[in-house]
Amino acid sequence: MGASASTTTREATPPAPARWRPVFGSWLTAYKRTWRGSLFGRFLSPLMFLLSIGLGLGSLVDKSAGGVVGVPYLQYVVPGILAAQAMWVAMGESSYPVMGAIRWNMKYLAMLATPVGINDVLLGHLVYVAMQITGATAIFIGVAALFGSFSSWWVVLALPITVLTGMAFAVPVFAFSAKQETDGGFNILFRFIMTPLFLFSGIFFPVDQLPALLRPVAWVTPLWHGVEANRSLALGSPDFAAVAGHTAYLLVVIAVGGWLARRAFTKRLVV
Amino acid sequence: MTRPDPDLLLHATGLTKTFGDFTAVDGIDFAVERGESFGFLGPNGAGKSSTMKMVGCVSPATGGLLRVFGQDPATHGPAIRARLGVVPQKDTLDEELTVEENLWIYGRYFGLTRSEVRSRTTELLDFAQLTDRATTRVEPLSGGMKRRLTIARSLISRPEILLLDEPTTGLDPQARHVLWDRLFRLKRRGVTLVLTTHYMDEAEQLCDRLVVMDHGKIVAQGSPRSLISEYSTKEVLELRFDTDDHAQHGAAIAGIGERIEVLPDRLLVYAEDGDAAAAQVHQRGVRPLSSLVRRSTLEDVFLHLTGRTLVD
Repeated sequence: MGASASTTTREATPPAPARWRPVFGSWLTAYKRTWRGSLFGRFLSPLMFLLSIGLGLGSLVDKSAGGVVGVPYLQYVVPGILAAQAMWVAMGESSYPVMGAIRWNMKYLAMLATPVGINDVLLGHLVYVAMQITGATAIFIGVAALFGSFSSWWVVLALPITVLTGMAFAVPVFAFSAKQETDGGFNILFRFIMTPLFLFSGIFFPVDQLPALLRPVAWVTPLWHGVEANRSLALGSPDFAAVAGHTAYLLVVIAVGGWLARRAFTKRLVV
Repeated sequence: MTRPDPDLLLHATGLTKTFGDFTAVDGIDFAVERGESFGFLGPNGAGKSSTMKMVGCVSPATGGLLRVFGQDPATHGPAIRARLGVVPQKDTLDEELTVEENLWIYGRYFGLTRSEVRSRTTELLDFAQLTDRATTRVEPLSGGMKRRLTIARSLISRPEILLLDEPTTGLDPQARHVLWDRLFRLKRRGVTLVLTTHYMDEAEQLCDRLVVMDHGKIVAQGSPRSLISEYSTKEVLELRFDTDDHAQHGAAIAGIGERIEVLPDRLLVYAEDGDAAAAQVHQRGVRPLSSLVRRSTLEDVFLHLTGRTLVD
C-alpha cells in the first residue's frame, strides 16, 4: 500500500524547470474528452469565412474595384482573418477556463498543493493554449490554401506569427480573467474590445481608410501587427524588416502580459 | 545550531496569519511528531483552515516560525509539498474526468512515471473502495465517494504527513464511518495525520492529541481523554424543560453537581455521577420534560472553555 511513512523512500519529484509539463498534461487529458467536437468547429470556422467574405463579398469587391491594393479580395482578406481567428481562439481558451480553474472547479488549487508552483500552473496552461491556437491556425491555413487564398509559400511563416498574435491576447487575458469576480467582465471584453478590433484592425480594409484619429488605436493593438505581418508573408515578396518589427511588438505584449498574469495569479491563489 | 530531530515533523512557534486588519491565526505554538494523529478542534472561523494552508505551504505565514520536516515553507515550499498529502476542505477533483484519470494527472504533478502512477492507482482505488468506479466520471459520484477519491489522490505520492481539512464535513453518518475506518487504517500504518474538525466525535475517534482553537488562539491542548478530565466532569445530566427560557430553571437546581451550564434549549449539569444528580433534581420537586445522563465529550470541554457550542 502506498502509505507507510516509516519505510518511505524519497520520490523523485520533477526538477523545477519541468514542473509545467504535468500541468500541460492535465489540460490535455481534459481536452481528450472533447476534441472531436472542437475539431469540427475548427474546420467549420474558416469555411464560413472563406465562403461568405472571401468568395461572396470578394467577387463583388473584385468586380467593382478590381480587388484591394492590387490583389484579389480573397487573398487580401484571408491572412487578416487568420490572425483574427487566433485572437478568438485565444479569448475562448483564456477567459472562462481560467476563471473556472480559479473559482469554480479550483483546478489550480489542486495543482498548487503539490510541488507544482504558480509559474508552472501559468506556463503549463499557456502552453496548452498555444497548442490550441497552433492547431486552429494550421487547419485554417490548410483549408484556405485549398481555396487558393495564398499566392506564396511564405505563408508557412504566418503560422508562428499567428500563434504569437493569439498569445499576445491570451497572456494578458489570463491576467484579466484571474481578477474577475464574475463573468460579466468577459461580455465587456468580447463586445467592446474584441469586436471593434476585429472590424477596425485592417482585416477587411486598409487602416488608412480609418479617420486619422483612430489609426493609432489600430497600431497599438496586437491584432493589426499580426494582420500586417501575415498579409505581407501570404502575398509573397515580404518586407522582412517590417515582419520582424511586428513580431518584436507581439513578443513585448506577451512579455508584459506574462508579468501581469503572474502578479494576478499570485494575488489570487497565494493568500 | 542543534541537529533537527528527524521525527519532529511539524513545529510552530508564535505562528500568525493576518488578512488586512483581521487576525485569523494569533500566535499559536504546536508540534507534531512522526506517527502521531494530531487535531485542530474549533468552530468555523477559529483559524483552523488558515493554519492548515500555512502548513501545506500554499499560504505564507504573516509572522512567527513554522518548520515542516525541519524546513521553512517560505524557502522550501515545493520540497515540502512533495512529502505532504493534502485533503482540502472542498474537493478539488476534476469532475469531468474519470476516477482513475484524476489519480493519474495528480501523480504526475509529483514527477511519478506513468507506469508508477498506474500501479499505485490500482492499489489506491482498492483502498478507497472505488475499484468498480475506476472508469466512471467523478461528477455523478456521491459526496462520500468523492471524499474517498480525494483521500486516495492525496496518497499517490506516499506522503509522510496527511493534512485533512474537515475530512467528513457535509457527509451523512454512514459515509463518515466508512471514511473514519479508512483514516484509521492509515493511522495504523504509521501515516502522520494532521486534521481539523468541528466534530468532537471525530476528534475523539481519530486524534491522539489535539489543540482546541478559538478566535485564532489555542485555548487548550492534550489528549481527548485528558482534556475531558481536566475541563469537564465524568458525566453530564441534560435537562429539557417545556419553556422558552431555560435560564429561569437554573435557580431551582443550583448546587447540584459541580457546575451548571445554561443553553438555549437545555440545562447541563456537570457531575461525577449523573444518575445521582438526576435523583437530586427529582428530590427538589423539579420536573423536566426529559432528562438524560451521558458521558462528557469534547463539546463540553469547548463549552466550558469558551462559553459557546461548537456547531451552531
